Amino acid sequence: MTRGLGRGLPALLLQRLLQAGLVAWMVGTLTFVLTRTLPGDMAYRIAAGRYGHDMVDTAAAEAVRAELALNQPASSAYFGWLWDLLQFDLGRSLVSGEPVVRELWHQLGHSLGLAAVAVALSLLLGPPLGLAAGLRPRGMLDRLSEVVASVLRALPPFAVGLVLILVFAVGLGWLPAAGHGRTAHSVLPALTLALGLAAVSSRVARNAMADVSQSAYYAFSRTKGLSDRLTFMRHGLRNVAVPVVAYLGVQFVYLIEGVVVVETLFAWPGIGHALVHAIVARDVPMIQGTALIMGLLFVLLNTVVDIVCHLLDPRRRHA
Amino acid sequence: MTTLVAPLLTLPRLSARQRLGGLLLASLLVFAWLVPWLSDADPARQQLTRILQLPSLAEPLGTDHLGRSLLARLAAAIRLSLGMAMLSVLTAAVPGVLMGIIAGWRGGWLDRVLGSLADACLALPGLLLVLLLAAIAPGNFWALYVGIALVLWIEYFRLVRARTRALAASPQLEASRLLGFGPLYLFRRHLWPELAPQVLTLAAFGAASAILAMAALGFVSVGLRPPTAELGLMMIELLPYYHEAPWAMAQPIVVLFVLVLSLNLLAGRDPR
Repeated sequence: MTRGLGRGLPALLLQRLLQAGLVAWMVGTLTFVLTRTLPGDMAYRIAAGRYGHDMVDTAAAEAVRAELALNQPASSAYFGWLWDLLQFDLGRSLVSGEPVVRELWHQLGHSLGLAAVAVALSLLLGPPLGLAAGLRPRGMLDRLSEVVASVLRALPPFAVGLVLILVFAVGLGWLPAAGHGRTAHSVLPALTLALGLAAVSSRVARNAMADVSQSAYYAFSRTKGLSDRLTFMRHGLRNVAVPVVAYLGVQFVYLIEGVVVVETLFAWPGIGHALVHAIVARDVPMIQGTALIMGLLFVLLNTVVDIVCHLLDPRRRHA
Repeated sequence: MTTLVAPLLTLPRLSARQRLGGLLLASLLVFAWLVPWLSDADPARQQLTRILQLPSLAEPLGTDHLGRSLLARLAAAIRLSLGMAMLSVLTAAVPGVLMGIIAGWRGGWLDRVLGSLADACLALPGLLLVLLLAAIAPGNFWALYVGIALVLWIEYFRLVRARTRALAASPQLEASRLLGFGPLYLFRRHLWPELAPQVLTLAAFGAASAILAMAALGFVSVGLRPPTAELGLMMIELLPYYHEAPWAMAQPIVVLFVLVLSLNLLAGRDPR
């Protein structure tokens, strides 16, 4: 088992490591370009953002200029910028003055919590529904779940969130519309993300189940006298799980993108919310930090998916 | 030229769901381009004495919180969204398909270089890349457009590369090549007819994701700036008035929904 697992996996992990490096370089370069290309004198703009428009003077602007190396030629500043990034020195937020790493640490917990609840909820909703639909293709449940999934897929996460707010917070008054603190606050944002994820994963599970239930080995298992339940447990579950888990990797794109808009809509104090705020406030170190963490998180989640697929599917181990 | 366009027009019989998608999209197109002909309302003209009005004969869809005609604004927003979608799909599809054919046909180092380029663009989730570009040029249509096209071309590249590779080894193509036909003929007669339906499916999905991306950025106030009539922007502008004017708030949501649904239906089955 462990020997088999070793085959192919190191190459895969190396590839993911390269991807992580690429993410860091891309985010670093884009944010560096950002500091250099904003119109006007960047030092004055940032100083105005930090101290307020009335408090800006030349001394403040010069301090900012030196801090961000805006007084150096672009090429040397660029390598200095990347060198800092390599040491995970992300600087200080231009708005709050706190070190970016500390702010990120705080926000990351909130975002991870939200994302974990959303993924768990979507796995509870989507695949079981897909399995039930896939057992009887073209049945009532299959058609109904297909219509619901098509509707959900055509609605972006923020529109789903708006509808949920209007129904559960404004209409029924059961849950708070936005904010953070109590458990009730996390229900609507997590549900928003989970519905979008479940819409796709239910269809993936349905197609996988329909394929498996029409396969020869499945029919044979029934013919030799195993019960429906036992056939499913022995031959169905693992074969359906592989595409569902593999597709999770694709869905993490949706999750990361969804976190940005859903956190903003529900005023959830996470990374996505911080990224949007940083862009609006031109807080360059925070833009870099939040984008970097989200990019690295994306790579990490995909690595986990790779490993789980490896564990689930013996064919990959021996290929 | 006709040989290039023909495979796009004589598609394998459209399914019922694709016909429904086409019908929805066509009615949105007619709506968006007829409204400026039939009514002279300017999507940016404010009438502060007539805010949040219910639909009436003068204002068939009512007015928003600044007394602007929702009819004119929705039509303008659809035109903007569809225009952006067409533009980014075209700029993503043409180089994506060409590079995919070259990479699949030639193989070797060129294939590896183009493949790594595609992997590099996929390293970040698409919206994150678009957000960073939007941060560099705030409120700029072209920054959004470049970002979206940069994310979209990869799917064409990957699909076309895989198909071209399979087709390049096929006996019918081998026969044509041995008969001495040049690359242009091989592309027209052998590759394109096979690729066209799948490329078209990707184009419909790509248009839907471009529209969603632009609306998402507008919604978090990082995309286009007011007073542009843009669907995501309209939603967030009208959100505070959900109590006084729920019909006004619902309109951009419904339009975005129908727009994306029609494109998803038109695309048919997901090729991925």
